[in-house]
Amino acid sequence: MAKRKNILPGFNISLGFTLLYLSLIVLIPLSAAFIKTTEISFAEFWQIVTTPRVVASYKLTFGASFIGALINAVFGLLTAWVLVRYTFPGKKFIDALVDLPFALPTAVAGIALTAIYANNGWIGAWLEPLGVKVAFTPLGVIIALTFIGLPFVVRTVQPVLEDLEAETEEAAASLGANRLQTFTKIILPAVWPALLTGFALAFARAIGEYGSVIFIAGNMPMVSEITPLIIITKLEQYDYVGATAVAVVMLVISFILLLAINGLQWWANRNNGAER
Amino acid sequence: MSGISTSQYSHYHSKVARNRATSEPAWVRYLLIGTALSFLSLFLFVPLAAVFTEALRKGFDTYVTALVDPDALAAIKLTFIAAIIAVPLNLVFGVSAAWAITKFEFKGKSILITLIDLPFAVSPVIAGLIYVLIFGLQGWFGSYLVDNDIKIIFAVPGIVLATIFVTFPFVARELIPLMQAQGKDEEEAGLVLGASGWQILWRITLPNVKWGLLYGVILTNARAMGEFGAVSVVSGHIRGMTNTMPLHVEILYNEYNYAAAFAVASLLALLALVTLALKTYVEWHAAHDASLAEDASK
Repeated sequence: MAKRKNILPGFNISLGFTLLYLSLIVLIPLSAAFIKTTEISFAEFWQIVTTPRVVASYKLTFGASFIGALINAVFGLLTAWVLVRYTFPGKKFIDALVDLPFALPTAVAGIALTAIYANNGWIGAWLEPLGVKVAFTPLGVIIALTFIGLPFVVRTVQPVLEDLEAETEEAAASLGANRLQTFTKIILPAVWPALLTGFALAFARAIGEYGSVIFIAGNMPMVSEITPLIIITKLEQYDYVGATAVAVVMLVISFILLLAINGLQWWANRNNGAER
Repeated sequence: MSGISTSQYSHYHSKVARNRATSEPAWVRYLLIGTALSFLSLFLFVPLAAVFTEALRKGFDTYVTALVDPDALAAIKLTFIAAIIAVPLNLVFGVSAAWAITKFEFKGKSILITLIDLPFAVSPVIAGLIYVLIFGLQGWFGSYLVDNDIKIIFAVPGIVLATIFVTFPFVARELIPLMQAQGKDEEEAGLVLGASGWQILWRITLPNVKWGLLYGVILTNARAMGEFGAVSVVSGHIRGMTNTMPLHVEILYNEYNYAAAFAVASLLALLALVTLALKTYVEWHAAHDASLAEDASK
C-alpha cells in the first residue's frame, strides 16, 4: 500500500493530551515508588524485601493466585464450552452473570464469601464436621482469588470457541477420530493460546487483589497474610520506605506479567489469523 | 473483556446445526452442563444470595435504618462524587487516546497502548501508595501542601485521584479495537465535504462507536463506585467525611455490625446487577446494529 498523507486533524492535540494525562495520573506517580527506594541502599532494600514474614506473604500470594488461576482455567474452559456448545434454560442469564466478579465491589465479595465459609455459614457449617476450615485460613484466600479471577478465562476462551469452524471437527470425525481425540487434538490446540492468556490474566489480577481477600484470610502473619496487606501494615506504621520496597518488588513482577500477557495475546491473534 | 465483539458471532453460530459426529452423547452433555452450573452456583449465586439474606436477616426496619444513617448517607454521597469526577475525565482521555492511536501512525504506538494498560497490572494498594508518596505528609509536595493548608491525602481529592487511577484504561481499551476496525474512510469523507475536526468527532466517529463508548463508561462507573484497596490507602477512614460505600462496609463489618454492613453492601450488589443488565442490553444493541449493517450491505 502506498504511503499517503494523513489529512485528518487533531493529531497533536489528542496525542498531547493523552501523553500529558498518562504522565500525570500514571507514569509520574508510579515513578515515585522507584525514586523513593533510592533513599536506601540495595543491601537495605534486599533486607526489607526478604524478611521471613514478607517471604511468607509472597509464597501465599503467588501460591494461592496460581491455584486460583488453575481452578479457573479448568472450570473457565468448561463454562465457556457449555455456554458456546450447548443450550439449556437460563443460559443467557448465566452468561451475563459470569461477569459478576468484575462488577461486584471486592469488599462486598469479601464479606459475602466470609459469611458463607465461616463455621456457621451456609457452606462452612457443612465443612466444619469434616474438619475442613476455609474462612481465616489460606484455603479462604484461594476461594477469594478464584472468585475474582473467574470471568477472565471464560471471556478469553469463549470467542475462540465461537469462531472454531465445524469443518475441522467433521474432518477429524470422518477420519475416524472419536470425540475425545477430536477435543484433545483439534479443539484444545486451537484454544490453548486463549486459555493461557486467560490464566495469566486471572493470575495477574489475583496477585494484586486486596479487598476480597482480607476479610476471609484472617490475616495471621506467616500463615494467611498476603503481600498487599504487608504494604498496608507498613504504611499504617508510617514505614513508607518499607512499604515502597515491597511495592516495588510487586510492581516489577506485575510489569513482567503484563509483558508476558501482551506476548501471549499477540501469539493468540497470530494463531487465529493463520487458521483463516 | 472485549464483550462487544464476542457476542456478535454467537447468534450466527447457534444457527449452525451440529450433527452426531461433532457433538457429544447426551449423558456427557448433561454431566458437563451440571458441573459447570454447580461451579457457577457455588461462586456466583451463593455469594450474591448471601449478601441479600444477611442484609435482611434482622428485618426490613434494621435494613432501612442502616441505609439512612448519616454516616451511610455521607458515604453514598462521596462515592457518587468520586465517580462523577473520575468517569468524565477518563471518558475524555479514552476518546482522545483512541483518536490518536487509531487514526494516525506514529512511533512507539504499541508502547503507548501497553502503558495505558499499566493501571490494570498494578495492585490497588500500590495505586494508593504512590499518591501517598507524592501528596502525603512526607511526600514530594508534603510540606508545600501543609504550608498552604491543602489536604489531598486523607481527604476527598486523594480518593478521587486513586479512583481515576484504577479506572484509567477502561474507556480507551473498549474504544481502541472498535475504532481500529472502523478505519478512517468515513472521517476522511466528512473532511472532504467540509466538516471540521469537532464535527467529524461528534457526527461521525462517536455515533459509530456509541455502544462501545457506553460499555466503557458503565465499566468505569462500576469500578469507580466499588473500588476498595486504592481508596482505602488514601482515605484515612474518617467517618462521615472520607468514607466511601465500600469503606463504610468494612468499618461496620469490623465493628461486628453485620446487618448494617450487609445492608450497605446490598446497595453495591444492586449496582453490580444493574451494571450487568446494562452491559447485556448494550451488547444486544451492538450485535443488533451489526446484523442490520450486515443485511444492508447485502
